[in-house]
Amino acid sequence: MAKNTIIPFGPQHPVLPEPIQLRLVLDEERVVSAIPVVGYVHRGLEKLAEQKDFLQDTYLIERICGICSFIHSLTYSMGIESMMGLTPPPRAQYLRVIWSELHRMHSHLLAVGLLADAFGFENLFMQLWRTREHIMDAMEATTGARVMLGTCCPGGVRKDIDPELLKFILTTLVTVEKEMDEQMPVLLNDYSVKQRLCGVGILDKQTAYERGAVGPTARASGIAMDLRTHGYAAYGELAVEPMVETDGDCYARTKVRVRELYQSISIIRKAIGQIPAGPINVPFKTKPDGEVIMRAEQPRGEVLYYLKGNGSDMLERLRVRTPTFANIPPVLAMLAGCELADVGVIVISIDPCISCTER
Amino acid sequence: MFTLIGNVFKNLRSKYATRLYPYEVRESFAGSRGKLEIDPDICIYCGICAKRCPANAIAVTRKPDKTWTLDPYRCIVCSYCIDVCPKKCLHMNAKHRSPE
Repeated sequence: MAKNTIIPFGPQHPVLPEPIQLRLVLDEERVVSAIPVVGYVHRGLEKLAEQKDFLQDTYLIERICGICSFIHSLTYSMGIESMMGLTPPPRAQYLRVIWSELHRMHSHLLAVGLLADAFGFENLFMQLWRTREHIMDAMEATTGARVMLGTCCPGGVRKDIDPELLKFILTTLVTVEKEMDEQMPVLLNDYSVKQRLCGVGILDKQTAYERGAVGPTARASGIAMDLRTHGYAAYGELAVEPMVETDGDCYARTKVRVRELYQSISIIRKAIGQIPAGPINVPFKTKPDGEVIMRAEQPRGEVLYYLKGNGSDMLERLRVRTPTFANIPPVLAMLAGCELADVGVIVISIDPCISCTER
Repeated sequence: MFTLIGNVFKNLRSKYATRLYPYEVRESFAGSRGKLEIDPDICIYCGICAKRCPANAIAVTRKPDKTWTLDPYRCIVCSYCIDVCPKKCLHMNAKHRSPE
């Protein structure tokens, strides 16, 4: 009987942007199973959040993730608002959508860029990240920061976008769309890219459902699940449709992200076209009291916040379930039976965010 | 195959996407959050900024001397202190902190 070998994949590996270890049980070159080892970037942010007041927490929460930071603070703010019975003004809701979608775009461009890097297509990786810079510029021009926007707060947003900057976002989107029109056919139609992605890391619909896949990973396996369709912030007025593919392989996951990039462009355009005038936040003097579970759609999938307040400044408990945490069991199913050389591409295809996962 | 070859030739003809930093510095956008600065003439040293700072980066003393100090390594440049300052004596300089 052949003896299985266990080799460590990570925590430091060229395809991994963040540290996670997968212990791969190999039979020759084929992966039999994978054992995840997490805990390399745990920072204890949930405990720290209990020691800061709930307004300071807004800035702390953003730092859970360096990619989808705005959506973290948005979900947290929505949770606090729900506890305090606040309704942010319509303009704030639209601004939240605009920044959320800019974040989704830069995250997806980063993800497909890293995927291109993982299968060795460095030129495409550079081009995609070059396009991503335009989005980062739009975020810096509108909020003052490239990633940690710090604009979302309980009650609304801290900063308005004036009409000139809204126009700047629109011109940026024209440039981004033009560049994407050149790059995306390469990503989706190139022979060598397809050789590396098609039929690799297949996750069927049933397994995706049973293992609790979320976000593009679930949608690429045919599960039409997108929390934006529930209509939080101003998404209810923008008619968002989930982008679904059925193949469940790395190619399908990439295709979902590419389609979502174009979808985000149209959502931002629609939001800018419909944005109402008015105040951007509501004043409040109450303190959060009670318990709430709040969910939102991040670029990687559904994020879940559990907040418990006791009527004081400090929260009694804050718990975050991030999308990568939910996507680890599905990725283990994808890895079983794959070639060792495909492990990097499969892991990157779920767009793992380890800092999010470990908090 | 060779689907990106047109882009390669385009890049050979177009200008660089990167800059020769530090010789060529990228201009910040207006309203960029670069570094926190204070106007000490307006400040009343009330300490609200220090109390509210999420990163405990600001220290304010009233006795024996009135001082306002910022630990730039702790500052997360969120500008929350600017929002809560009653005298509006704090402001963000769009230029980032230089290494020296």
